[in-house]
Amino acid sequence: MNPSTQRTPAGFSLPARLLHWLMAIGMIAMLFIGVGMVASVSERHQWLIQIHKPLGLALLALACVRLARRLYGGAPALPVGMPAWQRHAAHASHVLLYALMFAMPLIGWAMVSAGGYPVMAGNWQLPPIAPADAALFAWLRGAHRYLAFLLFAAVLLHLAAALFHGWIRRDGVLRAMTRGR
Amino acid sequence: MPHSSQREARPLDARQICLRLGAIGAIVLGSGAAFAYVGGWLDPQRLTPDRVVDVLEANSGVHAGYRRNHAKGVCVAGHFESSGAAQALSTAALFAPGNTPVVGRLAVPGGNPYASDSSVPIRSFALRFTSPNGEQWRTGMNSMPVFVVATPQAFYAQQLAARRDPATGKPDPQRMQAFFAAHPETAAFRAWARTARPSASYATESYYALHAFYFIDAQGRRQPVRWRLAPLDASPAPAAAPGHDADYLQADLQRRLAQGPLRWRLLVTLGAPGDPTNDATRQWPADRPTVEAGVVVITRSVSQDEGPCRDVNYDPTVLPRGMAISDDPLLPARSAAYAASYERRTREGPPRDAAASSQPTQPEHVQ
Repeated sequence: MNPSTQRTPAGFSLPARLLHWLMAIGMIAMLFIGVGMVASVSERHQWLIQIHKPLGLALLALACVRLARRLYGGAPALPVGMPAWQRHAAHASHVLLYALMFAMPLIGWAMVSAGGYPVMAGNWQLPPIAPADAALFAWLRGAHRYLAFLLFAAVLLHLAAALFHGWIRRDGVLRAMTRGR
Repeated sequence: MPHSSQREARPLDARQICLRLGAIGAIVLGSGAAFAYVGGWLDPQRLTPDRVVDVLEANSGVHAGYRRNHAKGVCVAGHFESSGAAQALSTAALFAPGNTPVVGRLAVPGGNPYASDSSVPIRSFALRFTSPNGEQWRTGMNSMPVFVVATPQAFYAQQLAARRDPATGKPDPQRMQAFFAAHPETAAFRAWARTARPSASYATESYYALHAFYFIDAQGRRQPVRWRLAPLDASPAPAAAPGHDADYLQADLQRRLAQGPLRWRLLVTLGAPGDPTNDATRQWPADRPTVEAGVVVITRSVSQDEGPCRDVNYDPTVLPRGMAISDDPLLPARSAAYAASYERRTREGPPRDAAASSQPTQPEHVQ
């Protein structure tokens, strides 16, 4: 049986694919920048932070566009031959990825606000979105770290699942995001 | 699938499936390993902010809620009266003529909040200036003209050398000597420390930013600068005498503030081409021009357990537009290590022991 013959998923549009890959690069870069900057005492610490904040803001803006596109444009249906647990896992992991796309930059922004720091993204000053409060800062700082680990795990799972679709099931799911259909 | 190719249509055999699963596993594991490497978990030799704070904790103990260095101190508040003289050098809003509120902290180096004020001959002054536009300038200054080391690696090595010998409870003098012998850049600081005595007052000290920074003017020109605070009309205080109790600095501060505000001139020294900007162990030549940017006026002090400085991380890289950090490698290290210290102490919650000052202490050595 070849599951790829059972259903042809409609592919993602070019703007949807561009958004996906642009954010994929940005988010993976962001995760590495974040984990690297807090583990460095060198000049790297400073210039990575200078990238981290404006890039986070850009990813937040892209996440808004992406969610709107997803709500209006939808996504191709999954192949009918997929086991139920994989369909549930696919759905849940996408909800998690979308939630973290918003949560990470917002928590970062709120964390800097709660720490009483001026919120600077490059040369651009943003308003605080949380009151200056040390206990709140500590909570948000922990959330930013552990949700980043969760996001990295979710990205790896997403990557593994995409390759599983593309290389083993060969059901058109990966191709819907690469070539369109 | 209508458009599927011959290759896709052909079922995979068991060996092909194993190979492909293996490739997926290798990609996932490799990505995870790269992440762990960048995060420092696979790189035990790397000096990380947490390792800097760990060694401070190892030397001074963990005092929940307190800063990991300069743990003993007091909050102060007041304002900065700008003379306008630095306005031509920097576009920072606080250098325009007028007043900017400041929240500061006067402190004693070391990680023990119960240390005697005489434990070190150094005092420190941290300030946060907040402009109406929300921009901030944070600076942490010390009462010596040069720092002991030039790099975070040397600072770490110094802390390792200063760890207490379990037998004596004190640092091993031989190990400290070996450290100083291996670090000739410490000579200027040691020459200063030989004659330095713990002062009996915060008010009589000058406080040096130690690092070079840049002031940036309206044309974008970058002027290397170093700043310091010099006391203005502070009545003299003798060196701390053996008869002083462990907490004379705060009492002296309150006594002086009861009589009126304390003032320091903010002096900005202008570096010339060729003056080192990356070495806090070296002063610039004494003939460099100095601009008096204004006067810091301190009007009140509050205990650090509930004062406005408690939740402030005096990260010296928090600067307004019109100022920038230099290439001094200690600046990013301070920023990174202060962030680690701030995360730990905010997680622990505010210091709970209000009777800090009554605890017996053991003198610490000059760091």
